[in-house]
Amino acid sequence: MSSQVVRSIAWGLIAGALGLGTFMSPPPVMAAQELRIGFLAPTTGIFAQVGKDMTNGFQMYLDEVGGDFAGAKVKFIVEDEEGKPPVGVRKVEKLIRQDKVHMFIGGLLASTGYALAPVSTRLKTVYVASIPAADDLTQRDSAKFPYMVRTGWTSSQPNHPFGEWACEQGYKRIVTIAADYAFGHEVVGGFQKTFEGCGGRIIQKIWPPLGTIDFGPYIPTMKKDADAIFTLMVGPMSLQFPKQLAAAGIKKPVLGGGTSYDEFVLPSMGDEVIGHVSALQYSAALDTPKNAAFVKKYREKYGKVPSYYSESNYSTAQMIHEVLKKTKGKWPGTEQFVKMLAGVQLETPRGPVRLDEMRNPVHNVYIRVVRKKKEHGYDKDELWNTVVKTYPNVGQFWKYPKAEFLKQPVYSREFPPCKYCE
Amino acid sequence: MDAQFWLIQAFNGISYGALLFLLASGLSLIFGVMRIVNLAHGSFFLLGGYVALTVIWTTGSWLLAIPVAALTVAVVGLLMERIFLRPLGFDPLRQVLLTVGFAYLFQQAALDIWGGDNLDITPPDILKGSIVIEGLHLPVYRIFMIGMAGTIGLALWVTMEKTRIGAMIRATVDDAQMARGVGIDTSRVSMFIFALGAFLAALGGVIGGAFLGVYPGLDFAILPIAFAVVIIGGMGSLTGAAVGSLIVGLADNFGKALFPEVSYFTLYAPMVLILALKPTGLFGRE
Amino acid sequence: MESRRKLLIVIAALLAVLIVTPFANSYVIVLVTHALIFAILAMSLDILLGFAGLPSLGQAAYLGMGAYLTAILATRFQFGLDWTFGLVVVLGILIGAATAALFGLFAVHAGGVYFLMITLALGMCVWGLAYRWNSLTGGDNGIVLPTRPEFGIQLADDVTYFFVVFGFFVAALALLTVLVRSPFGRSLVGIRENEPRMRILGYHTWLHKYLAFIIAGGFGGLAGVLWAHAHGLVSPEDVVLATSVDALLMVVLGGPGTLVGGAVGAGIVVFLREYLSTLVPWWQYVLGGVYVLTILYLPGGLMSVPERIRGWRARWENGVRVKFPRHTS
Repeated sequence: MSSQVVRSIAWGLIAGALGLGTFMSPPPVMAAQELRIGFLAPTTGIFAQVGKDMTNGFQMYLDEVGGDFAGAKVKFIVEDEEGKPPVGVRKVEKLIRQDKVHMFIGGLLASTGYALAPVSTRLKTVYVASIPAADDLTQRDSAKFPYMVRTGWTSSQPNHPFGEWACEQGYKRIVTIAADYAFGHEVVGGFQKTFEGCGGRIIQKIWPPLGTIDFGPYIPTMKKDADAIFTLMVGPMSLQFPKQLAAAGIKKPVLGGGTSYDEFVLPSMGDEVIGHVSALQYSAALDTPKNAAFVKKYREKYGKVPSYYSESNYSTAQMIHEVLKKTKGKWPGTEQFVKMLAGVQLETPRGPVRLDEMRNPVHNVYIRVVRKKKEHGYDKDELWNTVVKTYPNVGQFWKYPKAEFLKQPVYSREFPPCKYCE
Repeated sequence: MDAQFWLIQAFNGISYGALLFLLASGLSLIFGVMRIVNLAHGSFFLLGGYVALTVIWTTGSWLLAIPVAALTVAVVGLLMERIFLRPLGFDPLRQVLLTVGFAYLFQQAALDIWGGDNLDITPPDILKGSIVIEGLHLPVYRIFMIGMAGTIGLALWVTMEKTRIGAMIRATVDDAQMARGVGIDTSRVSMFIFALGAFLAALGGVIGGAFLGVYPGLDFAILPIAFAVVIIGGMGSLTGAAVGSLIVGLADNFGKALFPEVSYFTLYAPMVLILALKPTGLFGRE
Repeated sequence: MESRRKLLIVIAALLAVLIVTPFANSYVIVLVTHALIFAILAMSLDILLGFAGLPSLGQAAYLGMGAYLTAILATRFQFGLDWTFGLVVVLGILIGAATAALFGLFAVHAGGVYFLMITLALGMCVWGLAYRWNSLTGGDNGIVLPTRPEFGIQLADDVTYFFVVFGFFVAALALLTVLVRSPFGRSLVGIRENEPRMRILGYHTWLHKYLAFIIAGGFGGLAGVLWAHAHGLVSPEDVVLATSVDALLMVVLGGPGTLVGGAVGAGIVVFLREYLSTLVPWWQYVLGGVYVLTILYLPGGLMSVPERIRGWRARWENGVRVKFPRHTS
């Protein structure tokens, strides 16, 4: 290696360092009233379509109000978090340090939520968790994350009423099969807690790893004497499981966590999912004027039915706008913003939403059955999550007293223990 | 755990292994002939699924989609070999990095062309449903996968053992220099093998598309499993690919069914064991 | 004379980074810190690839071992959050080296493309452990670390942490430079160029390669410890194949067998992955393109560019074809 080589490298390094220093260091010019919002969604990789739904939801609301929140110009910066927690963390560092955002929103997976919340504490920036549903973010760990507000849901929230609904149907013995990660554990845990509370029995729990697409090993191990099957699938798993279940000749009733039949995957599904029941705080088939208008507008704009991922971020934008209306477009400061956002009460496409004192939404939970029919005046038979029952104003603790609920450990593979597993 | 359980699990393992065979046989041959660790092999699998979907959307024919997708991807592989890999000569490191680059390019291109939706290939009705034998539900599609892999395996075997090109390939696998010495155009052989590998992977993608789905990220999800097959079976050996696929398919299936907690170990443990005892794999040659 | 000038220039470049970075905006500081950590990983890989001629596809495994060790000690035992951080660094290096010592038994005797394949498989095993051994590694969730260590100085401050990482980087660069110039380092090059001859000359070539493998693992473990605290999160994503492949790209892009090249390559790849992806949605084209173009047009890496330019210039001026040295990879 000759000296000239080294010299040119040295110059390169110096020039590079100076370049970084000069081009990147001046903070963005503060426009009179600019609201900078960082948004994290996977735009590449397995969850690319979900990421698009998330972004579209928020963007649609922004377009409706012309990118203007009560006088504040919204600068909406979308970053690709690839569905990977570490990438999410790196992108948030960029959003906060480089773009000086007032808040960051999103992240997809529960694990990403767990990774992002500490960053909001460390860098004292508002984090609005519109999708990550990890229970403890707004439960046992809530005190650790003073700058976090959740506008989405906790994983167990819709599944508490769902467990009671299952009792009402007369199911006594249920087998669960769910993706083996925090979100799956919490969804199953919530369901099990209330289902066993009203006399039901979970007789077997099966945990295929996240991303499993061949269910061949698991389906035959399911107990034959169960009354029903409870499933929780995400992403590509949602598509394969019902098909392989049907092919294996199993005709038991199927209940599922909301994401298993979300509208983002429903159009790709076959008729084998007709009759499957799930619980969530949203359904595109929800028959309210507000939702009908939302669905029509969204579908016209993006060519597909909105999923809960779209709705949740649309409503989030709506809630943030609500806060800015009160401050007349001024940024109220981090602490104050968190307080104000937590106080918002609003009519959204999913129904009325308010936040509890741990900054998690209280909203309706809908029991939805997949049916092939015409909805909202569209003239073609399609698969829709038809709402058959509404549990109004469900909070994250269901009917349990908060203090008592928080004393039990967070739902996991081990909790609630499987008392009736054979 | 009755006999029925063991039978159905074995059946599932074998059918999964059949799909793996389509993917891994090409990878193994490419390795054997060209000494290339092809990290773009998962991309061929995924592209196969996507091209098939396009054919199905435009013509509605699933039967037509299979050859069109496999041949299209074979051409992609052929061009990649001719234009990019061949000029590098024999340089394992740079070749592997080049295939990584292509894996990224293919991934982004697939996302731009087909979007990020989780898609699914719907096979004809005749392949749906299941056959019931003595209370055992055997999905027809899984039987079809086994049949398909068997047919392809047989065709490959006949090609390798009974034809001139097969003899040339075997000679190249054994000793490329010697093969060149006796007048075999190893460059041609390499081109053929790389295209064949891409063809097989894409075929696997179409067949597997009805079973695993077609979605961005499938390429990198399936790749490690294909490598496990090749490492266990032996690099460059067709028999090895077949046996390796069966071992991995069964180990994966029974591992997940019997020891769900440690399911990945049941996949990787045989691999490490084989690496320790016979680094070239069960049927590989030094 | 020649080598003293080289040294001076490298020192000048390091000083430039050291002086300019703290004044840059805080995102640049974070990026440079990440780049320096990956530079350590890339240099550890360069020992194998550039000097011993062993292209490892599993270098992320050692980074992962160091990172998980740090995270587990910090969250379970509150260990390594004060002066004991120094001990964690030592333990991180040891666990990286120990893992390499184990893996080396499988890998080192294999040559060329088999080595690629076996290291790939071993790397996958570490990923499998990180991903499925929920009770220890937190599985898919990974482990979120508490605040960075504090012992008189507060590493939680980004500039302070940058200085610390910079210190480790310089130490690693110095140690590795001494290593490659030692008789041991020369023997590695000899093995790369002609292993049978070295064996005839009486060298125990397997042992030399095995030692190099362990040393590389140790430095990989060091990078892991620093990475865990830089990031505040350790996740199976850190040990995926893509990380190992990126490390290889860093070395090849910078120039194998130059140590400094790996560092330059690390800077570029970290910048591409972390910053470019925030500018354009189609960043994978750029990343893929960099791979392909590097392989096709930069066989000797960036470090060979000035030489090539001089070669062209000489050819232009003299009308004589100058053959420039090709770096082996």
